[in-house]
Amino acid sequence: MPGSAPTGSPPAIEVAGLSKTYGGQPVVTDVSFTVQPGSVTGFLGPNGAGKSTALRIMVGLTRPTAGRVAVLGGPYTALPNPGRRVGVLLDASAQHAGRAGREVLALSALVMGLPEQRADEMLERVGLSPAEGRRRAGAYSLGMRQRLGIAHALLGDPELLILDEPANGLDPAGIHWMRTLLREFADRGGTVLLSSHLLREMEAVADHLVVIGGGRILADGSRAELLSGVDGGLEELFLRLTAADTRAEVAG
Amino acid sequence: MTAMSTVPAATWPGIPFARMARAELRKLTDTRASRWLLIAIAAVTPVVLGVMLVVASPANLTYSKLIDYSLTPQELVLPALGILTITSEWTQRTGLTTFTLVPSRRRVLLAKGTATLSLGLAVIAIAFAAAALANLLGGLRHGNGSWSLGPSGFGELILVQLSGLLQGLAVGMLLPITAAAIAAYYVLPTLWSLLFTATAGLKHVDRWIDLIKAQSPLYTHQMTGTGWLQLLTAASIWILLPLTAGTVRALRKEIS
Repeated sequence: MPGSAPTGSPPAIEVAGLSKTYGGQPVVTDVSFTVQPGSVTGFLGPNGAGKSTALRIMVGLTRPTAGRVAVLGGPYTALPNPGRRVGVLLDASAQHAGRAGREVLALSALVMGLPEQRADEMLERVGLSPAEGRRRAGAYSLGMRQRLGIAHALLGDPELLILDEPANGLDPAGIHWMRTLLREFADRGGTVLLSSHLLREMEAVADHLVVIGGGRILADGSRAELLSGVDGGLEELFLRLTAADTRAEVAG
Repeated sequence: MTAMSTVPAATWPGIPFARMARAELRKLTDTRASRWLLIAIAAVTPVVLGVMLVVASPANLTYSKLIDYSLTPQELVLPALGILTITSEWTQRTGLTTFTLVPSRRRVLLAKGTATLSLGLAVIAIAFAAAALANLLGGLRHGNGSWSLGPSGFGELILVQLSGLLQGLAVGMLLPITAAAIAAYYVLPTLWSLLFTATAGLKHVDRWIDLIKAQSPLYTHQMTGTGWLQLLTAASIWILLPLTAGTVRALRKEIS
């Protein structure tokens, strides 16, 4: 069963006491949680809650003010060839507008030491045609960029996926495809940490939920645990938690 | 909170530097903008040489002169590639991918420098070959045809070209906004030159602090000992200093 990895197996991600301030302004405050191997962990929070900053810190792009993160047992930046173990999608729009989609994949395959045909396999895997692969990423719709981003995250056949809003801009069929893909990835033993605003999707795919607001952890538990006794499902829970957070912000 | 486990033994071998440099070289040539810049160099060089072959006086048709012409297009355009290879990581936000695949920014910057200078050397070699061909064709107009340039002449010209590329990389790292960096690269040295030429009291020091002036003996192959010192001083101001400050900035700048 996903989400029920035997106790004692090291966490895929361990976030401990993470804080980040920008110019004295706290963005992430004392955030700690773990992501168990083989699980899909949903990372939720309103806009500006600090999700993206926390994800950037996890993959070594941003230095935390305090705390640390272990990814697959150590700092992400110490992984010798990180793309082969961790698939990362932080922003599907962060692509060179003048570079073809296939070329984006081929370049990363080169860096990771993979054969170039891996780029074609991944395009096919995410439903982008060879003709679409030859087009500039700048001419892609948001949905196509997300597919390219997913292809890029899967390129190195990683054991862990870290995805920021991967379903953003996908049509209903695309969202369904994404859900199936993530579920299958986890069922084969892979681990997923994903942030999303699509609460229904999150409810359908995540085993474990971490909710942050105002840079702090508001809730952290299994889906069953957090949603028991909440009639309106994840949406109600989310609104309740983040509303309380907003009140606290106002009162504070 | 449990103690963080230590880093496990490497499951995958690391990424060799040569592979990173190859990827950066490919990134220099695989976007629409970079392709057009290279096409511009490739298209303009034969035109420049062709025009010179027709209009220059036969006495001026020497290898040394023709090289000056064939290097001009790339001397103007190639540093823009050096700028773009850095600034695009921030303005096009590809840095999110680049620095996630290779977390060591120092290695990425080194790979970019290596790739840019390698591409520069390749294009310089083509310019030298094109000039040689033009010198042979100059025989049709009974051109002078002299081949005198000498190893030091090659060295000096390569130095000028590569320093332009280093300057491009430096400006890109200092000002990681493409438009600003390109404007700074092309406008600032000229304004600086103008300042020192126009201000009477400053004229006597310009060869020490104006890179364009300090480099001019390299083109005419009349470098003196003082000339080298002046070049070193001007290059410290215009290349070494920005390169150092730019590297520090690029190593620290937030990627988002």
